Amino acid sequence: MADLPAQQRGAAPRRPTRLNMAWESDVAYKFRRSPVALVSFLVMMILVLGAVFAPWIAPHDPFDPGTLNLMNGFTAPMEPNAFTGDTFWLGTDDQGRDVFSTILFGLRISLFVGFAAVCFAMVLGVTLGLLAGWFGGWTETLIMRVADVQLTFPAILVAMLIFGIAKGITPIEYRDQMAIWVLIFAIGLSDWVQFARVVRGATLVEKNKEYVAAARLIGRSGPAIMVRHILPNVLSPVLVIATISLALAIIAEATLSFLGVGAPPTQPSLGTLIRIGQGFLFSGEWWILFFPALTLLALALSVNLLGDWLRDALNPRLK
Amino acid sequence: MLAYVIRRVGQSILVLLVVGLVAFSMFTFVGDPIDNMLGQERTRADIERLRTQLGLDQPFPVQYWKFLQNAVQGDFGISYRQGRPVAEIISERLPATLELATVSAIFAITLGVGLGVLTAIRRDGLLSNVIMTVSLIGVSLPTFLIGILLIYLFSVELDMLPSFGRGEVVDLGWWTTGLLTESGLKALILPAITLGLYQMTLIMRLVRSEMLEVLRQDYIRFARARGLRERAVNFRHALKNTLVPVITVTGLQLGSIIAFAIITETVFQWPGVGLLFINAIQFVDIPVMAAYLMLISVVFVGINLIVDLLYFAIDPRLRIDTGKAH
Repeated sequence: MADLPAQQRGAAPRRPTRLNMAWESDVAYKFRRSPVALVSFLVMMILVLGAVFAPWIAPHDPFDPGTLNLMNGFTAPMEPNAFTGDTFWLGTDDQGRDVFSTILFGLRISLFVGFAAVCFAMVLGVTLGLLAGWFGGWTETLIMRVADVQLTFPAILVAMLIFGIAKGITPIEYRDQMAIWVLIFAIGLSDWVQFARVVRGATLVEKNKEYVAAARLIGRSGPAIMVRHILPNVLSPVLVIATISLALAIIAEATLSFLGVGAPPTQPSLGTLIRIGQGFLFSGEWWILFFPALTLLALALSVNLLGDWLRDALNPRLK
Repeated sequence: MLAYVIRRVGQSILVLLVVGLVAFSMFTFVGDPIDNMLGQERTRADIERLRTQLGLDQPFPVQYWKFLQNAVQGDFGISYRQGRPVAEIISERLPATLELATVSAIFAITLGVGLGVLTAIRRDGLLSNVIMTVSLIGVSLPTFLIGILLIYLFSVELDMLPSFGRGEVVDLGWWTTGLLTESGLKALILPAITLGLYQMTLIMRLVRSEMLEVLRQDYIRFARARGLRERAVNFRHALKNTLVPVITVTGLQLGSIIAFAIITETVFQWPGVGLLFINAIQFVDIPVMAAYLMLISVVFVGINLIVDLLYFAIDPRLRIDTGKAH
């Protein structure tokens, strides 16, 4: 902040606090008035908190073989087990693992992969978009051509392919350990195009505005103008795309894990749990499948609705 | 017009060359083909001989050119996992995927357009509202969950339809079809619905919003004033004018149907190329992955090209501006 003009720095104390400003803003007002946004936010927060505090909330540690009792296998929800008499809220799977606990830990992995992948895609997309918009010329042509080619294919297919290639490069003994990171890399890399396109478009508009000319006049360098002047002005559509991408990334992660090309059984995400649960669909143990699926649905739906609401509330010129 | 067509075709070929480069790089950088082909007991002379034999000692562009030549002829080498030519494996699996995709596309288009028109005409009807709400849920549900839900309903609870496989197939020389037997048709129902549902809701919503737009126009009011029947107004005048965007989106969605077949095929263990691809990823079977990549690229780039050209042919307004299609 040191290089801000003096008047601006002097004006800061007289303004209301940031929190106050945020509460009074249009978006916050619209948020308080929208039941859909409030409910989706609430659901999302419950799931996020459940995931973050999973080690403390979960009644059992599903990854500690010492606490497992095979006799508890296939216990139905809310019914005492026939042999041990233990009761589990959401039942247990074939190895006697508490379904509620595995969901909490699965949620942790799903959310982590989703957030990390979107962050990766955002940083990559915003950087490339800024560069393309700012420099133009062959930089722009190259970046946008690659984006066009990638956009020809569905993101999930691109993610699968990247996952496959990355898996091939990783030595076999590290594959399971690296799977989560490979997954983040694959989903992130399949999803940067939207960010780059929107940021490039916005940058093209912004770079001809007077404040950019003014910044140039006072001698700021190209990178400084890009990061400190243009970037803050193109951020609101980026935020919307990030929220919508989060829902897509969570579903993409679940899909890949369900297909068996994502999170390994040693670190099960919601998708992996659904994959495992599908095996018990015909034998009548519906809860092993049902509860992870319901959690995934609640998560995807709430993030999706929140993204839609945010798009309408910020109303940037998005498609 | 001709300049536009030539440029579009040129772009498509460029994309295919780039994808070919990616596929080729997979062979070169992911794992060593020599390692894959020679066993533990190998001498330096063996390695050198195989290297020369496979042309791996030649410069990169020469190798890439060879790869392209082979790819155009349908030769993608031998599957690391199955030890058979990739082209043979894929051509065995292709009919299953194509049948599934075609039936899903027909399902999505007919039902999508039909329901779209219905919900647009009876905008405030109870049925329309129900359909719209259900479609919203349908869009939010991941494909694999829809598949599992259908299996649970129709295979586990009602025990009406099979939950996996293709049923009995009839061999027609180079093509195997499940469309001629009862069990084959039954096995097709659930996967086809799963695969087509997303596209159906998409088409339905598009047709509905386009119809609502068109129904407000003056010429529709004029058609009504002329005393034309409702049906003639709705279908001959209104629907016809919504078709340009519908054809574009539908065309582009056809590619997605083939890509999303990967998920559906895995849920229903449908023996198509999608399932083959997933298994190839699980076992890092590079030749199969590369071949699938090339195959799906040709499909995608081809569909994109056809849709662009079709768009150009349907909408005369675009012909003035010979600029970019997107």
